[in-house]
Amino acid sequence: MEKIIEIKDLKKIYGEGDATVHALAGVNVEVSRGEFAAVMGPSGSGKSTLMNILGCLDRPSSGEYFLDGRDVSKLDKNELAEVRNQKIGFIFQSFNLLPRMSALSNVMLPMLYNSHEDLSDEQARQRAEQALISVGLENRMHHLPSQLSGGQQQRVAIARALVNRPPLLLADEPTGNLDSHSSVEIMEIMHELHRTGTTILMVTHEPDIAQHAGRVICVKDGAILSEESGDSPCLRRDIK
Amino acid sequence: MKARKIFQSAWEGLMLNKVRSFLTTLGVIIGVASVIVMLAVSAGTEASIAEQINSLGANLVIVSPMRGVPGAAKTLLIDDYYAIKEQTAGIIGVSAEQSPAPQTIKGNGETLDSIAIIGTTSDFPLVRDYQVEFGRYFSTDEDERGAKIAVLGAGIAADLFGDSDPVGQTITIASTKVTVIGVMEEKGMVSDVDYDGRIYVPINLVFDKFIPEMNIAGDRVRTIYIAAESPEKIESVITQVTSLLSDLHGVEPNSADFSVQTQQDIISTQEATTAAFRDLLAWVAGVSLLVGGIGIMNIMLVSVTERTREIGLRQALGAKPFDVLAQFLLEAVILSLAGGLIGVLFGIGGSTLFNMLGTMRTEIVVGSIPLAFGAAAIVGIFFGYYPATQAAKLDPIIALRHE
Repeated sequence: MEKIIEIKDLKKIYGEGDATVHALAGVNVEVSRGEFAAVMGPSGSGKSTLMNILGCLDRPSSGEYFLDGRDVSKLDKNELAEVRNQKIGFIFQSFNLLPRMSALSNVMLPMLYNSHEDLSDEQARQRAEQALISVGLENRMHHLPSQLSGGQQQRVAIARALVNRPPLLLADEPTGNLDSHSSVEIMEIMHELHRTGTTILMVTHEPDIAQHAGRVICVKDGAILSEESGDSPCLRRDIK
Repeated sequence: MKARKIFQSAWEGLMLNKVRSFLTTLGVIIGVASVIVMLAVSAGTEASIAEQINSLGANLVIVSPMRGVPGAAKTLLIDDYYAIKEQTAGIIGVSAEQSPAPQTIKGNGETLDSIAIIGTTSDFPLVRDYQVEFGRYFSTDEDERGAKIAVLGAGIAADLFGDSDPVGQTITIASTKVTVIGVMEEKGMVSDVDYDGRIYVPINLVFDKFIPEMNIAGDRVRTIYIAAESPEKIESVITQVTSLLSDLHGVEPNSADFSVQTQQDIISTQEATTAAFRDLLAWVAGVSLLVGGIGIMNIMLVSVTERTREIGLRQALGAKPFDVLAQFLLEAVILSLAGGLIGVLFGIGGSTLFNMLGTMRTEIVVGSIPLAFGAAAIVGIFFGYYPATQAAKLDPIIALRHE
């Protein structure tokens, strides 16, 4: 099956000499197109470092990272920004909506930096509206984030992540700031996205949430522990 | 990212905090407005000096005691005037002037206090290009006799006699009774001199009656105005007068106790003074523009810190370092240009207002508008650049974690 993520012997080293820390000590991961995978691991495991590199926010010290068929491990800041814009949709724990902009304007934001498609204002707005409709917010488009519930805000963030039609969604604790009812809502949307072919990589420390994914990648001490579907050591030990 | 979209996000950034944006521009507004007002004030001052000098008459050579030489103020005498009048070629008239302290005037039952009395000679209307409206001016003979006669400024005539004819009437200047023989045409205020509010009398009457204490070493005059026949004759008149007076005073022409100037000389001297003054004002205004720029930089730095998380998010969504730089730089430039625009309006408005209220004469220097506006733009780019680079340099991972 076609790989959307393929990392080989990925290392991330901080500091020099005695103070050297191997945040990632040679990691290999593959994620196929259309997969829904969870990433789990205790804090300090290297999970955040891995996600930053997968999200093209950071570069590895060594190793290769193929994203959608392209080696992105040695790109410069501008190229990484383009990759983030085109290939990745981010969903954050704290939503990260701009507080004084309407839901619609927030969703339009990634298209502001989209230099690949020459979208007119009208096209951009229509696309943002469609994205909001797809997450069930057709009646909240002109609300400010402060006028929306947490679950609704996260749905705006999902719409924003989808609007440039990236092949990969990276969700960092998407339900971490939500009550259980909203969490269920968000996970339903994630499932729906998965069913329609979106590749999702989701960081979580909640086993309930992780079990929504078809696969759990467990990170510990800068390495991947297990690759067993549904029965990861992270789930067994219930690591927080 | 298209230029228009960068502009749009910069504009939105500013509109999110309207009050702060306005306060930030205030420094630039004041700076730009003061540059324009300051330059308008000094241009107005220059213009009114030039007008004043030119209103003295045409093709004038002006002789006055040399300033700054001890005792020089006492050296220009009525005899010098007679000598010039008799011995200079190429002139159409000479007028000597001297005035006592302002006097109280009575006439036709009215009393006026503090009226300027100008002692002149018979050529005064001709030399000073200031004509008699009714009656006549006095003759050389009347002047030399110190005849008790006077010609009234138009304003004085109206104040004392209203609509009735003042010619032939008697008025009292201090305790001296004089006969009115004429009324000057209306000339109005030229710069700060009210020509209509003065009384013109023979200079010898001034010597006899109003300043006898100045008589000790001969009758001193304040200024001698010489009207040359044509502009071409001015040079020759200067040479003749300089040599004549040097002989009379027994001094070398290059260390003379008198000065011989043309109107253009006086205007140039005055302009040199006002230019220094104007430069000083322009610098002061420039400094306030600089302070305004520092204000912008300060607020932009605060804004970058406050919006660190927003910057991190924009970076995560695909903003390149240049996009972030452009957004923040443009915010600073928009602030300073808006400040510049409002400042130009205030500057023009303020200058016009000063003029209308009569506080100060101002003349808006057209070149000062693009100058001040351009300076504001440069200030915006210069002081906006550092905060913008700080924003562009942010690491998205750290910025996203920022609280």
